[in-house]
Parts: sequence; structure tokens; C-alpha cells
Amino acid sequence: MNKVLSNKKAIALFVGPAFILYTVLVMVPVLWSLYYSLYSGSPGLKWEFAGLKNYINLFTDKNFLKALGVNFKYISVVVIGQVGFGLLMALMFKFWLRRCKTVVRTLVFFPVVLPTVAVGQLFAKIYEIQPNYGLLNSFLSKIGLQNLVQPWLGQEKTALWALCIMDIWVAMGFYSVIFYGALLDIPDDVLEAARVDGASGFQLFRRILLPLLWPMVITSTVFSFSGTVKMFESALALTKGGPGAATKSLSMYMYDNAFTYYKVGYASVIAIVIFLICVVGSAVINRFDVKDY
Amino acid sequence: MKKVRAGLRGFVIILICVIEIYPLFWMLTASLKQQSEWSEYPAYALNKGFHFQNYADAWTRGNMATFFKNSLITTLVSLVFIVIFSTTVGFAVTKMKWKYRDAVAKYFTFGIMIPVAIALIPLFQIYSKTKLLNTHLCLILTYIAFGLSLSIYLVKGYLRSFPDDIMEAAVIDGCGIYRLMWYVLTPLMKNSIVTVLVLQFFFKWNDLLFSMTFISDSKLKTVQTGLLYFSDEFGSKNWGAIFASVSMSVFPMLILYMILNKAVIEGMTAGAVKG
Repeated sequence: MNKVLSNKKAIALFVGPAFILYTVLVMVPVLWSLYYSLYSGSPGLKWEFAGLKNYINLFTDKNFLKALGVNFKYISVVVIGQVGFGLLMALMFKFWLRRCKTVVRTLVFFPVVLPTVAVGQLFAKIYEIQPNYGLLNSFLSKIGLQNLVQPWLGQEKTALWALCIMDIWVAMGFYSVIFYGALLDIPDDVLEAARVDGASGFQLFRRILLPLLWPMVITSTVFSFSGTVKMFESALALTKGGPGAATKSLSMYMYDNAFTYYKVGYASVIAIVIFLICVVGSAVINRFDVKDY
Repeated sequence: MKKVRAGLRGFVIILICVIEIYPLFWMLTASLKQQSEWSEYPAYALNKGFHFQNYADAWTRGNMATFFKNSLITTLVSLVFIVIFSTTVGFAVTKMKWKYRDAVAKYFTFGIMIPVAIALIPLFQIYSKTKLLNTHLCLILTYIAFGLSLSIYLVKGYLRSFPDDIMEAAVIDGCGIYRLMWYVLTPLMKNSIVTVLVLQFFFKWNDLLFSMTFISDSKLKTVQTGLLYFSDEFGSKNWGAIFASVSMSVFPMLILYMILNKAVIEGMTAGAVKG
């Protein structure tokens, strides 16, 4: 048995190709980015050693700070929206739903399987005002709220919210299914016992359900966080970062620097910032996972 | 009183379902509208007829046929390799006995944390030096490499609880390592393979960042980049064709979801719960 399982040739064959591919195309580029970040310009084009200058420039770069702000606003709204609505929906399903459990679960999961670009295009038409009213504006004008009709994606103050709502819509079903699964795992007699002891609805949630669901809440928050830090595809598909830079995220700003302005070194620094936010943020959220609630 | 309350609760749940489904339904009806319907009727009106010409336009004039072919090639080829690699590596790092196996397992798991953005620029340089930009190959290689970490992690989680007795019985019967892998383990790992397939199909089919960076030739664009490009070309005028092309890009996922409903939900949530 052990002889078969320590067959060196087989191990090399099983692990080798994947190991090489992963090293060359994932790990090497990550380290390479660190090296790039110390240079200014673009390889072959004013490529000069800059030391830590790129890092220092970040602090005075207005566009970077703006993108950072947009990205953080987006992260906080979308994470709270996705996880919060997901949890709320799961609770409704658990306590209010008697029949059609599978049907409801299947329906709310639908948006999750849609390609991001398709969702972006769809919502662009929902928010549209020119040349025809889109879905939202035509509804508003129908129910007499003509004064609310506006170019949702064309104004700084509404564009980011429109984007957040789209991304919450896409994923809240996903989180509700996760939480619903966790809720169904909680044995009924635990809830029954609490009810017999006279716990009200809110107490039941606060004292029994929330502690039991807490690890899942943390996991979901980390997942939602690491997805939103990357903020790229949905924003590109819906608004292309506009109007102005109202929905331009760090990833998009990095992309512009690398492929439009040819500032590869500087773009690498921004990529590293994104990586750090991802790692540090996830670690901070995980700290809230108190074992003895 | 109780009845009113139950009715209200039912209403809220139905409302949630409508919110999640209606935009999708609207998209499908909109894809069958004629151009004139947009200016004559409000946007929420149902389609007056079935204007399938939109789909024909998107498929031929909008190049959706080409984009579909490209997406299918890159996605399917990379899926095959992701499944092969993740099962063999997953097996080697959980069940086989060798010195560096835990270190290698950690090395692969580390990749789950890495945002794609950080590797993008060096990858572009690598592909431009090796003249692989604007080929299917560079997308396939990237898809495989970035699909490994999570897939291996999922397979590992499954194999860890896998009883050794079956393997032992097979080995006593004279089964070598390759036959053990192929004839004994692979069939038993069907569930985790389906999970990996579903999750990775979704990721690869939806990829935008890599394909828009590495592919500029419009004959090689995938569905997602194609859609963006398409809406820039026709977007503001030809709404019917836009909706038709968006609907088309959604169909593969919808069909997959309708057939494999349970497996899809399990596969996609596995990435969050276990990853």
C-alpha cells in the first residue's frame, strides 16, 4: 500500500505540470509585480529605476485617492447589502415559508448564474433615459413620479448607488441560499425550547440564531469583501467608470495606468495596494469570529 | 388576524421572487421587440410580437457566432485541464506519501487569496514577449493556472474524508497507482468533480479582465468582451439586438442551471462556504 502511494514517478506526473503552470503564471507574476513597482515608465519606454518613488506618489495622487474613496464606499454598501439582505431573506424563508421551499430557492438564485457583463448591459437599459426611458424611468413616470425621472447613470450622485444596487441584486440570492442552508441545519428543538422559555422573536434571533449563524456571517462577509475589493467587471459593464470618475475603482485606475498611460511601474504599485487591502481586510473581518460568543 | 398576517408574509416572499426574476423576464421580452415599440410604448410594456430578427442580427452582424465559438473553445479546454490537474494534485497532496506534500498543498492554497489584478501586468508582458497575445492559448493557460487553487482546495476537502479501505482493497487486488487513480478514485469523486466543473465553468465563461487584456483581435474575442464591444457599436440605437445578444450570452448558464439546478447551487456556494 505505502509502496504504491509513494511512487515518485506518479507524484511527479500528478503534481508536476500543474505546479509548473501555477508557478510560472501565478506566483512569478506576483513577485514580478513587486519588482515592477520599483520602476517608472513602461518596459522599453523610459524604464528607469525609481525606488520607492511610486509608493510615495500614491499619497499625493488625487485620482488614486478618489478611486480609493469610491472603492471603499462601494465595498461598505455592497458588503452590507449583500450579506444583510441575504440574511434577512433567509430568515423570512425559514420562518414564513411553509410550501414551495425549493421553488423559491431556485428563483432567488437565478441572478447569481448570469454573466456580469450581461447584467451590466441589462441594468444600463433599466436605468436608461435616452433615447427612450428605460424600465425604471418608465415606471416612475407611469406612477406619477415624473420629477424622479433622471439620468441615473449620468450623474455623479446617483451612478455609484445605481451600481451598488445592481451588485446587491445579483448576489443577495446567493447569500440567502447560504444562510438558509445554515438555518435549516439548526435543530428545531433548540428553537422550540427557546420559545417555551418565552423568548420573543428578536430575542430568539439575537441570542440563539445569530450566535449559531455567526461563523457563516463571517465567512460570507470575507467572501463578499474579497469580491468587492476587486470591483472591476460590473462597473466597467454598467458605467465604464463614469460619469467623470464617479464609479472608477482601484482596479480600473490600475488598468488605465498600465494599458492607457503606459505607466506600468505605477500600476503595479496600485495592484499591490489592492492585494494588501484584500489580505488585511480579510484578516480584520476574521478577527470578529469570536468562538465563545 | 392570523390569516392577514400569513397573507402579508406570503406577499413579501412573492415580492422578493419578483424582484429577483422580473429584470430577467423583461430582458427576454425586450429581446423580441421591434425598434418602433421602444418609442411607441413604455419600456415595461410586453412585446407586441416575436421579432426573432433581433437574434439573427446579433448572431451574424453582431458576430455573436464567433464570440460563442471562442468562449466555448477557451472555456471547455481549460475546464478539462482544471479537472485533470485538480484531481491528480488533490489526490497527491492528501493521500500519497511524500516529503514536501504539505508545503506544496499550502503553496497551491495560497493562490486563493491573490487578486487577479496583481498578476495581470506581468502576464501581459510574458505573453507579449512570447508572442502569445491574441491567441486562444494564452487565455486557456491563464484560465487553467488561475482555476487551480480553489479547485484543488475543494477536491482536497472532499478527499480528506475519503476512507482508505477502498484504496487498500484495490491495491491488495494488484491495482497500480494509475489504475487506482483512474478506475477507483475518479468515479468515486464524481460529486466534487461536478462542483469544480460548475464553479469553474461559471468563472471562465464570465471572465472579462483576462480576455479584454490579452485579446484585441475581434475575431478572437470571447462572449463577454464581444458584448461590451457590441454595445459600443450598436448600443444606443439598436436596443432589440442588444437585448438579443445579452439574452444569448445568458442562455448557456440558464440552461445549465435549469438542468443541474441542485448541483449548480451546491457548486457555486461551495466556493464561498469552503473557500
